[in-house]
Amino acid sequence: MSRYTIDRLSSRIVFAFGVISFVILILIAGFIFRESLPALRNVGLFNILFGTEWYPRYDEYGILTMVVGSVMVTAISLAIALPLSLGTAVLLAEVASPRVRGCVRPAIELLVGIPSVVFGLVGMVALAPLIAELGGSGSGSSVLAASIVLAVMVLPTITSISEDSIRALPRTYREGALALGATHWQTIWRVMVPAARRGITAGTILGTGRAIGETMAMVMVIGNAPIFPDGLLSPARTLTGSIAVEIAAASGTHQSVLFVTGLVLFVMVMIINSASLLAYKKGAH
Amino acid sequence: MRLSSRITGRIAFGLIWASGGVAVLALLFIIGYVVVRGLPEINLEFLFTLPRGGLGGEGGISSCIVSTLWIIVVTMVLLTPLGLGAAVYLSEYAPDTRLVGFIRYGVELLAGVPSIVFGLFGYAVFVTVLSFRFSILSGALTLVCLLMPYLTRTAEEAMRSVPREQREAALALGATKWQMVARVVIPAAMPGILTGIILCIGRTVSESAPLFVTMGGSSQMPDGLMSSGRTLAVHVFYLAMETNALEKALATGTVLVVLILLTNLFTNWISERLQVRMMGVS
Repeated sequence: MSRYTIDRLSSRIVFAFGVISFVILILIAGFIFRESLPALRNVGLFNILFGTEWYPRYDEYGILTMVVGSVMVTAISLAIALPLSLGTAVLLAEVASPRVRGCVRPAIELLVGIPSVVFGLVGMVALAPLIAELGGSGSGSSVLAASIVLAVMVLPTITSISEDSIRALPRTYREGALALGATHWQTIWRVMVPAARRGITAGTILGTGRAIGETMAMVMVIGNAPIFPDGLLSPARTLTGSIAVEIAAASGTHQSVLFVTGLVLFVMVMIINSASLLAYKKGAH
Repeated sequence: MRLSSRITGRIAFGLIWASGGVAVLALLFIIGYVVVRGLPEINLEFLFTLPRGGLGGEGGISSCIVSTLWIIVVTMVLLTPLGLGAAVYLSEYAPDTRLVGFIRYGVELLAGVPSIVFGLFGYAVFVTVLSFRFSILSGALTLVCLLMPYLTRTAEEAMRSVPREQREAALALGATKWQMVARVVIPAAMPGILTGIILCIGRTVSESAPLFVTMGGSSQMPDGLMSSGRTLAVHVFYLAMETNALEKALATGTVLVVLILLTNLFTNWISERLQVRMMGVS
Protein backbone atom coordinates (compact mmCIF):
# COMPACT_ATOMS: atom_id res chain seq x y z
CA MET A 1 0.00 0.00 0.00
CA SER A 2 1.32 3.41 -0.81
CA ARG A 3 1.67 5.83 2.03
CA TYR A 4 -1.06 7.99 0.50
CA THR A 5 -3.54 5.14 0.64
CA ILE A 6 -2.57 4.52 4.24
CA ASP A 7 -3.01 8.19 4.94
CA ARG A 8 -6.51 8.27 3.49
CA LEU A 9 -7.47 5.01 5.18
CA SER A 10 -6.21 6.08 8.57
CA SER A 11 -8.01 9.39 8.48
CA ARG A 12 -11.25 7.45 7.87
CA ILE A 13 -10.53 5.04 10.70
CA VAL A 14 -9.70 7.81 13.10
CA PHE A 15 -12.90 9.58 12.08
CA ALA A 16 -14.80 6.37 12.82
CA PHE A 17 -13.34 6.31 16.33
CA GLY A 18 -14.47 9.89 16.82
CA VAL A 19 -17.96 8.88 15.71
CA ILE A 20 -18.02 5.81 17.95
CA SER A 21 -17.18 7.84 21.03
CA PHE A 22 -19.92 10.27 20.12
CA VAL A 23 -22.42 7.46 19.59
CA ILE A 24 -21.61 5.95 23.00
CA LEU A 25 -22.22 9.37 24.49
CA ILE A 26 -25.65 9.67 22.92
CA LEU A 27 -26.48 6.05 23.76
CA ILE A 28 -25.79 6.54 27.45
CA ALA A 29 -28.00 9.60 27.76
CA GLY A 30 -30.65 8.02 25.51
CA PHE A 31 -30.81 4.71 27.33
CA ILE A 32 -31.05 6.19 30.80
CA PHE A 33 -33.86 8.40 29.56
CA ARG A 34 -35.66 5.61 27.74
CA GLU A 35 -35.59 3.33 30.76
CA SER A 36 -36.92 6.19 32.89
CA LEU A 37 -39.97 6.75 30.72
CA PRO A 38 -42.29 4.06 32.18
CA ALA A 39 -41.83 5.46 35.67
CA LEU A 40 -42.27 9.03 34.51
CA ARG A 41 -45.50 7.98 32.82
CA ASN A 42 -46.89 5.72 35.56
CA VAL A 43 -45.75 7.49 38.70
CA GLY A 44 -45.02 10.99 37.47
CA LEU A 45 -41.91 13.11 37.91
CA PHE A 46 -43.46 15.22 40.67
CA ASN A 47 -44.48 12.19 42.76
CA ILE A 48 -41.01 10.70 42.42
CA LEU A 49 -39.07 13.87 43.15
CA PHE A 50 -41.20 15.11 46.03
CA GLY A 51 -42.60 11.87 47.40
CA THR A 52 -41.35 11.18 50.90
CA GLU A 53 -42.14 7.46 51.11
CA TRP A 54 -39.95 4.78 49.54
CA TYR A 55 -41.75 1.42 49.68
CA PRO A 56 -41.32 -0.16 46.24
CA ARG A 57 -43.33 -3.17 47.41
CA TYR A 58 -46.38 -0.96 47.97
CA ASP A 59 -45.80 1.22 44.91
CA GLU A 60 -44.49 4.16 46.91
CA TYR A 61 -41.64 5.64 44.92
CA GLY A 62 -40.68 8.97 46.50
CA ILE A 63 -36.95 9.75 46.41
CA LEU A 64 -36.97 13.05 48.30
CA THR A 65 -35.40 11.45 51.37
CA MET A 66 -32.44 10.33 49.28
CA VAL A 67 -32.09 13.69 47.54
CA VAL A 68 -31.90 15.21 51.02
CA GLY A 69 -29.44 12.52 52.12
CA SER A 70 -27.15 13.09 49.13
CA VAL A 71 -27.23 16.87 49.42
CA MET A 72 -26.71 16.77 53.17
CA VAL A 73 -23.62 14.52 53.20
CA THR A 74 -22.15 16.43 50.26
CA ALA A 75 -22.66 19.80 51.95
CA ILE A 76 -21.30 18.69 55.32
CA SER A 77 -18.32 16.93 53.79
CA LEU A 78 -17.45 20.05 51.81
CA ALA A 79 -17.80 22.19 54.91
CA ILE A 80 -15.21 19.94 56.56
CA ALA A 81 -12.94 19.43 53.56
CA LEU A 82 -12.84 22.93 52.09
CA PRO A 83 -11.04 24.76 54.93
CA LEU A 84 -8.68 21.83 55.44
CA SER A 85 -7.88 21.60 51.72
CA LEU A 86 -7.41 25.33 51.34
CA GLY A 87 -5.12 25.42 54.36
CA THR A 88 -3.13 22.45 53.08
CA ALA A 89 -2.91 23.95 49.59
CA VAL A 90 -1.60 27.26 50.95
CA LEU A 91 0.80 25.37 53.18
CA LEU A 92 2.21 23.41 50.26
CA ALA A 93 2.29 26.28 47.78
CA GLU A 94 3.47 29.16 49.95
CA VAL A 95 4.69 28.12 53.37
CA ALA A 96 6.27 24.68 53.55
CA SER A 97 9.87 24.01 52.59
CA PRO A 98 10.46 22.04 49.40
CA ARG A 99 11.37 19.02 51.50
CA VAL A 100 8.09 19.01 53.42
CA ARG A 101 6.24 19.54 50.18
CA GLY A 102 8.16 16.71 48.54
CA CYS A 103 6.81 14.33 51.19
CA VAL A 104 3.27 15.61 51.53
CA ARG A 105 2.30 16.19 47.92
CA PRO A 106 2.91 12.61 46.66
CA ALA A 107 1.06 11.27 49.67
CA ILE A 108 -1.94 13.39 48.80
CA GLU A 109 -1.79 12.38 45.16
CA LEU A 110 -1.68 8.74 46.18
CA LEU A 111 -4.86 9.23 48.16
CA VAL A 112 -6.75 10.28 45.01
CA GLY A 113 -6.28 6.76 43.66
CA ILE A 114 -7.15 4.73 46.76
CA PRO A 115 -10.33 2.70 46.10
CA SER A 116 -13.46 4.10 47.71
CA VAL A 117 -14.26 0.75 49.32
CA VAL A 118 -11.08 1.11 51.35
CA PHE A 119 -12.27 4.47 52.69
CA GLY A 120 -15.66 2.94 53.37
CA LEU A 121 -14.08 0.00 55.16
CA VAL A 122 -12.01 2.19 57.48
CA GLY A 123 -15.10 4.31 58.11
CA MET A 124 -17.03 1.17 59.03
CA VAL A 125 -14.41 -0.44 61.22
CA ALA A 126 -12.73 2.54 62.88
CA LEU A 127 -15.08 5.53 62.69
CA ALA A 128 -18.59 4.13 63.05
CA PRO A 129 -17.99 2.42 66.43
CA LEU A 130 -16.64 5.74 67.75
CA ILE A 131 -19.80 7.48 66.60
CA ALA A 132 -21.97 4.72 68.08
CA GLU A 133 -20.37 5.51 71.44
CA LEU A 134 -21.25 9.16 70.94
CA GLY A 135 -24.87 8.09 70.96
CA GLY A 136 -25.67 7.19 67.38
CA SER A 137 -27.76 4.25 66.27
CA GLY A 138 -26.53 0.74 67.00
CA SER A 139 -23.72 0.40 64.48
CA GLY A 140 -22.81 4.08 64.24
CA SER A 141 -23.75 4.21 60.57
CA SER A 142 -24.87 7.79 60.18
CA VAL A 143 -24.81 11.02 58.24
CA LEU A 144 -21.85 12.12 60.36
CA ALA A 145 -19.80 9.00 59.56
CA ALA A 146 -20.61 9.33 55.86
CA SER A 147 -19.72 13.02 55.81
CA ILE A 148 -16.36 12.50 57.50
CA VAL A 149 -15.44 9.63 55.17
CA LEU A 150 -16.50 11.71 52.18
CA ALA A 151 -14.53 14.72 53.41
CA VAL A 152 -11.34 12.67 53.52
CA MET A 153 -12.10 11.36 50.03
CA VAL A 154 -12.54 14.77 48.37
CA LEU A 155 -9.77 16.46 50.32
CA PRO A 156 -6.95 15.32 48.01
CA THR A 157 -8.83 16.45 44.89
CA ILE A 158 -9.53 19.96 46.17
CA THR A 159 -6.08 20.31 47.70
CA SER A 160 -4.05 19.36 44.65
CA ILE A 161 -6.04 21.50 42.20
CA SER A 162 -6.00 24.51 44.56
CA GLU A 163 -2.28 24.15 45.13
CA ASP A 164 -1.62 23.96 41.40
CA SER A 165 -3.59 27.12 40.77
CA ILE A 166 -1.84 29.07 43.56
CA ARG A 167 1.50 27.84 42.27
CA ALA A 168 0.65 28.86 38.71
CA LEU A 169 0.30 32.54 39.68
CA PRO A 170 3.04 34.82 38.39
CA ARG A 171 5.82 35.57 40.88
CA THR A 172 5.23 39.27 40.40
CA TYR A 173 1.96 39.07 42.38
CA ARG A 174 3.75 37.95 45.50
CA GLU A 175 6.72 40.22 45.00
CA GLY A 176 4.51 43.24 44.34
CA ALA A 177 2.52 42.67 47.51
CA LEU A 178 5.60 42.12 49.62
CA ALA A 179 7.28 45.19 48.12
CA LEU A 180 4.26 47.28 49.14
CA GLY A 181 4.95 46.28 52.72
CA ALA A 182 2.33 43.54 53.12
CA THR A 183 3.18 40.79 55.57
CA HIS A 184 3.53 37.24 54.32
CA TRP A 185 0.05 36.40 55.60
CA GLN A 186 -1.53 39.52 54.06
CA THR A 187 0.09 38.58 50.77
CA ILE A 188 -1.36 35.10 50.93
CA TRP A 189 -4.84 36.03 52.10
CA ARG A 190 -5.43 39.25 50.14
CA VAL A 191 -3.46 38.58 46.96
CA MET A 192 -2.61 34.95 46.27
CA VAL A 193 -5.82 33.20 47.36
CA PRO A 194 -8.17 35.69 45.66
CA ALA A 195 -6.08 35.57 42.48
CA ALA A 196 -6.27 31.77 42.45
CA ARG A 197 -10.01 31.66 43.21
CA ARG A 198 -10.85 30.30 39.77
CA GLY A 199 -8.71 27.23 40.24
CA ILE A 200 -9.90 26.82 43.81
CA THR A 201 -13.52 27.00 42.62
CA ALA A 202 -12.81 24.46 39.90
CA GLY A 203 -11.25 22.09 42.42
CA THR A 204 -14.16 22.50 44.80
CA ILE A 205 -16.65 21.78 42.04
CA LEU A 206 -14.76 18.69 40.97
CA GLY A 207 -14.78 17.61 44.61
CA THR A 208 -18.53 18.24 44.81
CA GLY A 209 -19.05 16.05 41.77
CA ARG A 210 -17.03 13.26 43.35
CA ALA A 211 -18.97 13.61 46.59
CA ILE A 212 -22.40 13.46 44.92
CA GLY A 213 -21.34 10.46 42.83
CA GLU A 214 -19.66 8.41 45.56
CA THR A 215 -21.50 5.14 45.94
CA MET A 216 -20.01 2.13 47.70
CA ALA A 217 -18.28 3.99 50.53
CA MET A 218 -21.60 5.68 51.29
CA VAL A 219 -23.49 2.40 51.25
CA MET A 220 -21.00 1.09 53.80
CA VAL A 221 -21.25 3.88 56.38
CA ILE A 222 -24.59 5.68 56.03
CA GLY A 223 -26.99 2.93 57.06
CA ASN A 224 -29.10 3.04 53.88
CA ALA A 225 -32.39 3.83 55.58
CA PRO A 226 -34.66 5.81 53.21
CA ILE A 227 -35.74 8.31 55.86
CA PHE A 228 -35.22 12.00 56.48
CA PRO A 229 -32.15 12.22 58.71
CA ASP A 230 -33.20 14.04 61.88
CA GLY A 231 -29.68 14.93 62.85
CA LEU A 232 -26.05 14.12 62.28
CA LEU A 233 -26.26 10.83 64.13
CA SER A 234 -29.24 9.55 62.18
CA PRO A 235 -28.83 7.05 59.33
CA ALA A 236 -29.88 8.07 55.82
CA ARG A 237 -29.52 6.97 52.22
CA THR A 238 -27.95 8.55 49.14
CA LEU A 239 -29.28 8.50 45.57
CA THR A 240 -26.24 6.56 44.39
CA GLY A 241 -26.51 4.03 47.19
CA SER A 242 -30.17 3.43 46.43
CA ILE A 243 -29.35 2.48 42.85
CA ALA A 244 -26.49 0.20 43.81
CA VAL A 245 -28.36 -1.70 46.51
CA GLU A 246 -31.62 -2.23 44.65
CA ILE A 247 -31.01 -2.44 40.90
CA ALA A 248 -30.15 -6.12 40.66
CA ALA A 249 -33.35 -7.21 42.41
CA ALA A 250 -35.66 -4.63 40.85
CA SER A 251 -38.01 -4.99 37.92
CA GLY A 252 -40.86 -3.12 36.24
CA THR A 253 -41.73 0.28 37.68
CA HIS A 254 -39.30 -0.15 40.55
CA GLN A 255 -36.41 -0.59 38.11
CA SER A 256 -37.58 2.32 36.02
CA VAL A 257 -37.68 4.60 39.09
CA LEU A 258 -34.05 3.69 39.76
CA PHE A 259 -33.25 4.95 36.27
CA VAL A 260 -35.07 8.19 37.12
CA THR A 261 -32.77 8.34 40.16
CA GLY A 262 -29.82 8.06 37.76
CA LEU A 263 -31.33 10.81 35.64
CA VAL A 264 -31.61 13.04 38.73
CA LEU A 265 -27.91 12.43 39.45
CA PHE A 266 -27.09 13.23 35.83
CA VAL A 267 -28.98 16.54 36.08
CA MET A 268 -27.34 17.40 39.41
CA VAL A 269 -23.90 16.92 37.87
CA MET A 270 -24.89 19.07 34.90
CA ILE A 271 -26.03 21.84 37.22
CA ILE A 272 -22.76 21.65 39.15
CA ASN A 273 -20.79 21.74 35.90
CA SER A 274 -22.70 24.76 34.59
CA ALA A 275 -22.04 26.48 37.90
CA SER A 276 -18.35 25.92 37.33
CA LEU A 277 -18.64 27.33 33.82
CA LEU A 278 -20.38 30.41 35.24
CA ALA A 279 -17.77 30.86 37.94
CA TYR A 280 -15.11 30.55 35.29
CA LYS A 281 -16.65 33.28 33.16
CA LYS A 282 -17.10 35.58 36.14
CA GLY A 283 -13.48 35.09 37.08
CA ALA A 284 -12.39 35.99 33.56
CA HIS A 285 -13.81 39.52 33.78
CA MET B 1 -10.29 46.08 68.52
CA ARG B 2 -7.95 45.20 65.69
CA LEU B 3 -5.43 42.53 66.23
CA SER B 4 -2.02 43.57 65.10
CA SER B 5 -1.09 42.09 61.76
CA ARG B 6 1.69 40.16 63.42
CA ILE B 7 -0.63 38.31 65.75
CA THR B 8 -3.14 37.66 62.97
CA GLY B 9 -0.34 36.23 60.89
CA ARG B 10 0.82 34.00 63.74
CA ILE B 11 -2.67 32.62 64.27
CA ALA B 12 -3.23 32.17 60.55
CA PHE B 13 -0.01 30.26 60.03
CA GLY B 14 -0.81 28.16 63.05
CA LEU B 15 -4.15 27.24 61.45
CA ILE B 16 -2.53 26.50 58.11
CA TRP B 17 -0.01 24.13 59.66
CA ALA B 18 -2.79 22.57 61.70
CA SER B 19 -4.95 21.93 58.64
CA GLY B 20 -2.01 20.45 56.77
CA GLY B 21 -1.28 18.30 59.79
CA VAL B 22 -4.87 17.09 60.06
CA ALA B 23 -4.95 16.26 56.34
CA VAL B 24 -1.73 14.27 56.44
CA LEU B 25 -2.67 12.50 59.67
CA ALA B 26 -6.05 11.48 58.24
CA LEU B 27 -4.37 10.05 55.19
CA LEU B 28 -1.67 8.26 57.18
CA PHE B 29 -4.31 6.91 59.55
CA ILE B 30 -6.37 5.36 56.76
CA ILE B 31 -3.49 3.66 55.00
CA GLY B 32 -1.82 2.73 58.27
CA TYR B 33 -5.00 1.28 59.73
CA VAL B 34 -5.70 -0.91 56.70
CA VAL B 35 -2.14 -2.11 56.28
CA VAL B 36 -1.37 -2.71 59.98
CA ARG B 37 -4.50 -4.76 60.52
CA GLY B 38 -4.58 -6.36 57.07
CA LEU B 39 -0.97 -7.33 56.51
CA PRO B 40 -0.78 -10.13 59.14
CA GLU B 41 -3.62 -11.93 57.31
CA ILE B 42 -1.83 -11.98 53.99
CA ASN B 43 0.11 -15.08 53.08
CA LEU B 44 0.38 -17.39 50.11
CA GLU B 45 -2.59 -19.41 51.24
CA PHE B 46 -4.75 -16.27 51.40
CA LEU B 47 -3.68 -15.24 47.90
CA PHE B 48 -4.14 -18.66 46.31
CA THR B 49 -7.30 -20.17 47.77
CA LEU B 50 -10.88 -19.55 46.75
CA PRO B 51 -13.16 -17.48 48.95
CA ARG B 52 -15.49 -19.97 50.56
CA GLY B 53 -18.40 -17.59 50.94
CA GLY B 54 -20.88 -17.72 53.77
CA LEU B 55 -21.14 -15.59 56.88
CA GLY B 56 -17.66 -16.46 58.13
CA GLY B 57 -15.99 -15.12 54.98
CA GLU B 58 -13.50 -18.00 55.12
CA GLY B 59 -10.95 -18.61 52.43
CA GLY B 60 -8.74 -16.45 50.29
CA ILE B 61 -9.00 -14.17 47.30
CA SER B 62 -7.69 -16.21 44.36
CA SER B 63 -10.82 -15.92 42.21
CA CYS B 64 -10.99 -12.17 42.92
CA ILE B 65 -7.42 -11.70 41.74
CA VAL B 66 -8.22 -13.62 38.55
CA SER B 67 -11.44 -11.61 38.01
CA THR B 68 -9.53 -8.37 38.49
CA LEU B 69 -6.94 -9.44 35.91
CA TRP B 70 -9.68 -10.45 33.47
CA ILE B 71 -11.40 -7.10 33.88
CA ILE B 72 -8.15 -5.15 33.46
CA VAL B 73 -7.15 -7.02 30.29
CA VAL B 74 -10.56 -6.97 28.59
CA THR B 75 -11.21 -3.33 29.51
CA MET B 76 -7.82 -2.09 28.35
CA VAL B 77 -7.86 -4.10 25.10
CA LEU B 78 -11.14 -2.44 24.14
CA LEU B 79 -10.53 0.94 25.73
CA THR B 80 -7.04 1.77 24.46
CA PRO B 81 -7.71 1.81 20.70
CA LEU B 82 -11.08 3.49 21.19
CA GLY B 83 -9.83 6.21 23.49
CA LEU B 84 -6.65 6.89 21.56
CA GLY B 85 -8.47 6.85 18.21
CA ALA B 86 -10.97 9.39 19.44
CA ALA B 87 -8.15 11.48 20.89
CA VAL B 88 -6.23 11.44 17.60
CA TYR B 89 -9.38 12.47 15.79
CA LEU B 90 -10.20 15.31 18.18
CA SER B 91 -6.68 16.66 18.37
CA GLU B 92 -5.46 16.19 14.79
CA TYR B 93 -8.34 15.71 12.37
CA ALA B 94 -11.49 17.28 13.75
CA PRO B 95 -12.55 20.46 11.97
CA ASP B 96 -13.33 23.36 14.23
CA THR B 97 -17.09 23.12 13.80
CA ARG B 98 -19.98 23.41 16.19
CA LEU B 99 -20.60 19.65 16.09
CA VAL B 100 -17.05 18.93 17.17
CA GLY B 101 -17.37 21.53 19.92
CA PHE B 102 -20.49 19.72 21.04
CA ILE B 103 -18.71 16.36 21.08
CA ARG B 104 -15.92 17.85 23.13
CA TYR B 105 -18.42 19.31 25.59
CA GLY B 106 -20.16 15.95 25.78
CA VAL B 107 -16.88 14.16 26.54
CA GLU B 108 -16.16 16.72 29.25
CA LEU B 109 -19.63 16.31 30.72
CA LEU B 110 -19.50 12.53 30.64
CA ALA B 111 -16.21 12.54 32.54
CA GLY B 112 -18.07 14.04 35.51
CA VAL B 113 -21.06 11.69 35.54
CA PRO B 114 -21.14 9.44 38.64
CA SER B 115 -19.86 5.95 37.94
CA ILE B 116 -23.03 4.31 39.24
CA VAL B 117 -24.94 5.98 36.38
CA PHE B 118 -22.61 4.17 33.98
CA GLY B 119 -23.40 1.06 35.98
CA LEU B 120 -27.10 1.64 35.30
CA PHE B 121 -26.37 2.04 31.61
CA GLY B 122 -24.27 -1.13 31.56
CA TYR B 123 -27.00 -2.99 33.40
CA ALA B 124 -29.65 -1.87 30.92
CA VAL B 125 -27.63 -2.37 27.74
CA PHE B 126 -25.05 -5.10 28.28
CA VAL B 127 -26.68 -7.20 30.98
CA THR B 128 -30.27 -6.94 29.77
CA VAL B 129 -30.70 -5.84 26.14
CA LEU B 130 -27.60 -7.51 24.68
CA SER B 131 -28.10 -10.37 27.19
CA PHE B 132 -24.45 -10.74 28.13
CA ARG B 133 -25.91 -11.44 31.62
CA PHE B 134 -23.96 -10.61 34.76
CA SER B 135 -20.51 -11.27 33.37
CA ILE B 136 -16.95 -10.10 33.05
CA LEU B 137 -17.78 -8.90 29.54
CA SER B 138 -20.64 -6.71 30.79
CA GLY B 139 -18.43 -5.28 33.52
CA ALA B 140 -15.55 -4.56 31.16
CA LEU B 141 -17.79 -2.92 28.55
CA THR B 142 -19.30 -0.73 31.27
CA LEU B 143 -15.84 0.33 32.39
CA VAL B 144 -14.89 1.09 28.78
CA CYS B 145 -17.80 3.56 28.63
CA LEU B 146 -16.85 5.01 32.01
CA LEU B 147 -13.16 5.47 31.25
CA MET B 148 -13.31 6.43 27.58
CA PRO B 149 -14.06 10.12 28.13
CA TYR B 150 -11.24 10.22 30.66
CA LEU B 151 -8.64 8.53 28.45
CA THR B 152 -9.70 10.55 25.41
CA ARG B 153 -9.28 13.80 27.28
CA THR B 154 -5.90 12.90 28.77
CA ALA B 155 -4.50 11.63 25.45
CA GLU B 156 -5.89 14.59 23.51
CA GLU B 157 -4.25 17.00 25.93
CA ALA B 158 -0.94 15.18 25.58
CA MET B 159 -1.11 15.33 21.77
CA ARG B 160 -2.12 18.96 21.72
CA SER B 161 0.87 19.92 23.78
CA VAL B 162 3.26 18.64 21.09
CA PRO B 163 4.80 21.81 19.63
CA ARG B 164 3.64 23.00 16.22
CA GLU B 165 7.19 23.23 14.94
CA GLN B 166 7.60 19.47 15.18
CA ARG B 167 4.48 18.87 13.10
CA GLU B 168 5.46 21.46 10.54
CA ALA B 169 8.96 20.04 10.27
CA ALA B 170 7.52 16.59 9.54
CA LEU B 171 5.13 17.91 6.91
CA ALA B 172 7.87 20.02 5.34
CA LEU B 173 9.96 16.88 4.94
CA GLY B 174 7.16 15.43 2.81
CA ALA B 175 5.46 13.22 5.38
CA THR B 176 1.76 12.56 4.89
CA LYS B 177 -0.54 13.64 7.68
CA TRP B 178 -0.79 10.11 9.03
CA GLN B 179 2.98 9.68 8.98
CA MET B 180 3.26 12.90 10.92
CA VAL B 181 0.68 11.71 13.46
CA ALA B 182 2.08 8.20 13.81
CA ARG B 183 5.79 9.00 13.84
CA VAL B 184 5.99 12.47 15.35
CA VAL B 185 2.93 13.42 17.37
CA ILE B 186 2.13 10.10 19.07
CA PRO B 187 5.74 9.30 20.09
CA ALA B 188 6.21 12.81 21.44
CA ALA B 189 2.95 12.55 23.38
CA MET B 190 3.78 9.05 24.64
CA PRO B 191 4.56 9.94 28.28
CA GLY B 192 1.18 11.66 28.60
CA ILE B 193 -0.64 8.84 26.81
CA LEU B 194 1.01 6.11 28.90
CA THR B 195 0.26 7.99 32.10
CA GLY B 196 -3.38 8.16 31.02
CA ILE B 197 -3.46 4.42 30.29
CA ILE B 198 -1.92 3.50 33.63
CA LEU B 199 -4.31 5.79 35.47
CA CYS B 200 -7.13 3.95 33.71
CA ILE B 201 -5.74 0.63 34.93
CA GLY B 202 -5.63 2.11 38.42
CA ARG B 203 -9.25 3.18 38.16
CA THR B 204 -10.22 -0.26 36.85
CA VAL B 205 -8.67 -1.79 39.95
CA SER B 206 -10.35 0.61 42.35
CA GLU B 207 -13.77 1.04 40.72
CA SER B 208 -16.52 -0.85 42.53
CA ALA B 209 -20.02 0.54 41.99
CA PRO B 210 -20.40 -0.09 38.21
CA LEU B 211 -18.91 -3.57 38.56
CA PHE B 212 -21.12 -4.35 41.54
CA VAL B 213 -24.21 -3.92 39.37
CA THR B 214 -22.93 -5.56 36.16
CA MET B 215 -20.70 -8.48 37.14
CA GLY B 216 -22.99 -10.43 39.43
CA GLY B 217 -20.41 -10.91 42.16
CA SER B 218 -19.92 -14.68 42.02
CA SER B 219 -16.99 -15.80 44.15
CA GLN B 220 -16.29 -18.79 41.90
CA MET B 221 -13.22 -18.93 39.72
CA PRO B 222 -14.20 -17.25 36.40
CA ASP B 223 -13.67 -19.52 33.40
CA GLY B 224 -14.22 -17.07 30.58
CA LEU B 225 -15.60 -13.78 29.36
CA MET B 226 -19.18 -14.76 30.02
CA SER B 227 -18.82 -15.95 33.59
CA SER B 228 -19.75 -13.86 36.58
CA GLY B 229 -17.09 -12.66 38.97
CA ARG B 230 -16.04 -10.11 41.53
CA THR B 231 -12.98 -7.90 41.53
CA LEU B 232 -10.90 -7.28 44.64
CA ALA B 233 -12.63 -3.96 45.31
CA VAL B 234 -16.08 -5.54 45.06
CA HIS B 235 -14.89 -8.39 47.28
CA VAL B 236 -13.96 -5.89 49.99
CA PHE B 237 -17.51 -4.58 49.83
CA TYR B 238 -19.09 -8.04 50.07
CA LEU B 239 -16.84 -9.07 52.95
CA ALA B 240 -17.56 -5.88 54.86
CA MET B 241 -21.32 -5.90 54.32
CA GLU B 242 -22.23 -9.58 54.33
CA THR B 243 -19.71 -11.37 56.53
CA ASN B 244 -18.03 -10.97 59.89
CA ALA B 245 -14.61 -11.33 58.33
CA LEU B 246 -13.41 -7.76 58.80
CA GLU B 247 -9.79 -8.91 59.01
CA LYS B 248 -10.13 -10.55 55.59
CA ALA B 249 -11.69 -7.37 54.23
CA LEU B 250 -8.79 -5.33 55.59
CA ALA B 251 -6.31 -7.80 54.10
CA THR B 252 -7.95 -7.50 50.68
CA GLY B 253 -7.91 -3.73 51.16
CA THR B 254 -4.18 -3.93 51.81
CA VAL B 255 -3.67 -5.79 48.53
CA LEU B 256 -5.61 -3.00 46.78
CA VAL B 257 -3.57 -0.26 48.45
CA VAL B 258 -0.34 -1.98 47.40
CA LEU B 259 -1.58 -2.30 43.80
CA ILE B 260 -2.48 1.39 43.68
CA LEU B 261 0.88 2.31 45.22
CA LEU B 262 2.63 0.31 42.50
CA THR B 263 0.66 1.97 39.68
CA ASN B 264 1.51 5.37 41.15
CA LEU B 265 5.21 4.60 41.36
CA PHE B 266 5.13 3.23 37.83
CA THR B 267 3.42 6.36 36.51
CA ASN B 268 6.00 8.61 38.12
CA TRP B 269 8.82 6.46 36.81
CA ILE B 270 7.43 6.48 33.27
CA SER B 271 6.82 10.18 33.09
CA GLU B 272 10.34 10.85 34.35
CA ARG B 273 12.08 8.31 32.13
CA LEU B 274 10.19 8.93 28.92
CA GLN B 275 10.23 12.69 29.29
CA VAL B 276 14.00 12.59 29.14
CA ARG B 277 14.19 10.05 26.33
CA MET B 278 11.49 11.44 24.05
CA MET B 279 12.22 15.08 24.42
CA GLY B 280 15.98 14.66 24.17
CA VAL B 281 17.33 17.34 26.44
CA SER B 282 14.70 18.12 28.99
